[in-house]
Amino acid sequence: MLHFSRLKINMILGLCLFGILFAAPNLLDEELAADLPGWLPHKQISLGLDLQGGSHLLLEVGVETVVRERLNSLVDETRAALRGARIGYSGLGTSGERVIVTLRDPAADLETARGLLRAVDRNLLVSADDDGSIELALSEPAMAEMRTAAVTQSLEIVRRRIDETGTREPTIQRQGSERILVQLPGIDDPERIKSILGQTAKMTFQLIDENTTVGDALLGRLPAGSEILESADRVDANGRPIQEVVRKRIMVSGEHLIDAQPTFQDNQPVVAFSFDPVGARKFGAVTSKNIGKRFAIVLDNKVISAPVIRSAITGGRGIISGNFTVSSATDLALLLRAGALPAPLTILEERSVGPDLGADSIRAGKIAAVLGLTFVLVFMGVCYGLFGLAANIALVMNVVLLAGALSALQATLTLPGIAGIVLTIGMAVDANVLVFERIREEMAAGRTPFSAVDAGYQRALITIIDSNVTTFIAAILLFGLGSGPVKGFGVTLAIGILTSLFTSVMVTRLIVVTWLRRTRPRSLPL
Amino acid sequence: MKPLRLIPRKTNFRFVGLRRLFYALSIAAMIASAGLFGVRGLNLGIDFLGGIMIEAQTAGPADLGAMRAVLGGLGLGEVTLQNFGAPDDVLIRVARQPGGEKEQQVAVAKVKRALAAMGAGDISYRRVESVGPKVSAELVEAGLTAVVAAVFLMLLYIWFRFEWQFSIGAVVALLHDVGLTMGMFALTQFEFNLASIAAILTIVGYSINDTVVVYDRVRENLRKYKTMPMADLADLSLNETLSRTVMTSATTLLALFALYFFGGEVIQGFVFAMMFGVVVGTYSSVFIAVALLLELKPTRRGGAKAEVEEPPGS
Repeated sequence: MLHFSRLKINMILGLCLFGILFAAPNLLDEELAADLPGWLPHKQISLGLDLQGGSHLLLEVGVETVVRERLNSLVDETRAALRGARIGYSGLGTSGERVIVTLRDPAADLETARGLLRAVDRNLLVSADDDGSIELALSEPAMAEMRTAAVTQSLEIVRRRIDETGTREPTIQRQGSERILVQLPGIDDPERIKSILGQTAKMTFQLIDENTTVGDALLGRLPAGSEILESADRVDANGRPIQEVVRKRIMVSGEHLIDAQPTFQDNQPVVAFSFDPVGARKFGAVTSKNIGKRFAIVLDNKVISAPVIRSAITGGRGIISGNFTVSSATDLALLLRAGALPAPLTILEERSVGPDLGADSIRAGKIAAVLGLTFVLVFMGVCYGLFGLAANIALVMNVVLLAGALSALQATLTLPGIAGIVLTIGMAVDANVLVFERIREEMAAGRTPFSAVDAGYQRALITIIDSNVTTFIAAILLFGLGSGPVKGFGVTLAIGILTSLFTSVMVTRLIVVTWLRRTRPRSLPL
Repeated sequence: MKPLRLIPRKTNFRFVGLRRLFYALSIAAMIASAGLFGVRGLNLGIDFLGGIMIEAQTAGPADLGAMRAVLGGLGLGEVTLQNFGAPDDVLIRVARQPGGEKEQQVAVAKVKRALAAMGAGDISYRRVESVGPKVSAELVEAGLTAVVAAVFLMLLYIWFRFEWQFSIGAVVALLHDVGLTMGMFALTQFEFNLASIAAILTIVGYSINDTVVVYDRVRENLRKYKTMPMADLADLSLNETLSRTVMTSATTLLALFALYFFGGEVIQGFVFAMMFGVVVGTYSSVFIAVALLLELKPTRRGGAKAEVEEPPGS
């Protein structure tokens, strides 16, 4: 254990040098570090939201809505197919994740119906019974694909919406199969972001049904093909939202919007929008046929405005005027630009930390780390003298390597992560304590200094490995706990175990052996 | 400068001779922990219960009474307020709202609006956390799984590296440490949250680490002194490793002390749990884990070989 080949010495020193290089940028200002020449490591430790302040939002994509919508449209398609072939049926509807329908005359129509329904969608599994009951279900792969597509698309829309708000360096990533994790550094009051993400923002342009009144419609005389929708912000004398009877047929949908900007008209905040060519053509065609009539601009099933068409709008541009404030017009424009979510999002978890608390935590963490390190350094020096000095050099090197590893791996440092570093400082000397105590024993057993040091390292090594593996297992399990601060604790603890093994076994041994060879002492100051 | 020795060069404590006393002590502590756990229960945080926690900073010293009256009148169920580290720092907890995920968010907005109306905008939010029923249920599961998996993996590792008797002894000592830590949480009513689980996992790692060091020495001495009575061998091993046990606990506790007093309010509970665990873990390695080997009687390997080396009757 006392022999070090030149190669090994160079590797140990090289690794320490690398650690210093990677840790060094953390001592510089952020801007200074970014300006370092490209061949030097310039990454700083990235701080978790609990240290730099910010918001963590865990969202769930309501994929079931997408499934339900698809089933509803399957019902419509089934109805159209059967009616088109003049096949009598009853009990058309959904049951669980399937569409069910019963034919009136199975003997005559079963085969025709089966063929027609199969043609509706190639992913459709059609099972028909001789008594005329037919069940339609989407194949598993098709369902899975639909769900995945909904989540992927939501992720994209969330990213666009957050980018549009001008948030600096957001992290938006998929978590699990149906969740999206949003991390917003520097945002401590995420109410605006939450409200922006909380809307599906499906926009449609639909004509108002002028052949009936809301009163008639409410009494049950609602024409087929029309629906009653509430106004988003206008209320009647009793404080209830104003209602409108709106034709279900969609003139133009929000997908055709290519731009939307907040602006002013007669000193009122409004949103100016423009359509793509297809949307512009459709909008022009409908408006030119319906001059003098009203149409509704519908957002998430609420009417935000219902203006009268004064002339054909063929340029593909228009203005939405509603009861807007400057900020609500800005947000609506943002939502329209970013596009609609395929399914509603639910906030499962929110954790926000203000910048003050983050700064306080960093300050407290730094003080605790420096004090903890000092305590341990003094204690080791007092208890092991010259050997303690070797252990202390290794301990400081360990902290440097840990900082270097965190910077190089770009692992996130959290407040519990700082606790992990301090804990590592306390536990890292354990390996040296084991070795030094062993050397003391071997000396007491009458060995010479060289042989005692040799035996001390050799015999303690097995114990060191056994005891570190167990702590490492615990640290690895911490990764599985949540996604935020606690995970950071596991990260620093795990990396700390690895670096401390290296420094306390390799670095101190190199120091002690070099010292032994230089001075050839008759007894050890231990 | 002559190095200082905390523990004299050669000690000769009779640890395992007093094992029945320590068993009794530990069993009593375990029963007390179980009792406290059953009667008082844990003060579960929002990580596991769901609900809302808001740390707010007011312009002057906070008027807890007025805030309590306003927030209590919002119809959000149980609302508790307390100062957190400073008179202008208030920790507000709101019980999980009945219903689903949306209701939690509605409640957060309500509380913020009510506070803004009261404090005329002088309030800043240091921390806002809201956890819905889905996530809290998952965190309970993740926490339990992690602790159970940790104990199980330790059992396997010790079994793999030593013999089954050692792994049973180590795991009993481990369960003892985890049990007492839970008892401590029930007694002090410190909030039990995700960080507490992290503390318990750390304690598991530390306690096993400590036990492994002593067991390693027992194993070594079992090979070295093939005929020494087990009780003497256990005492010898404990005395030989005592200095290291004390030194490592001391350095770890020193580091944790620094964290406890200077690391800020947010992690104080977390650090306290770890300090408690280090003390209990050290106690159990010295007084329980090795003593248990006397009950479990590990096979003394190489008995046949010993007969070849040593003449019969020697």
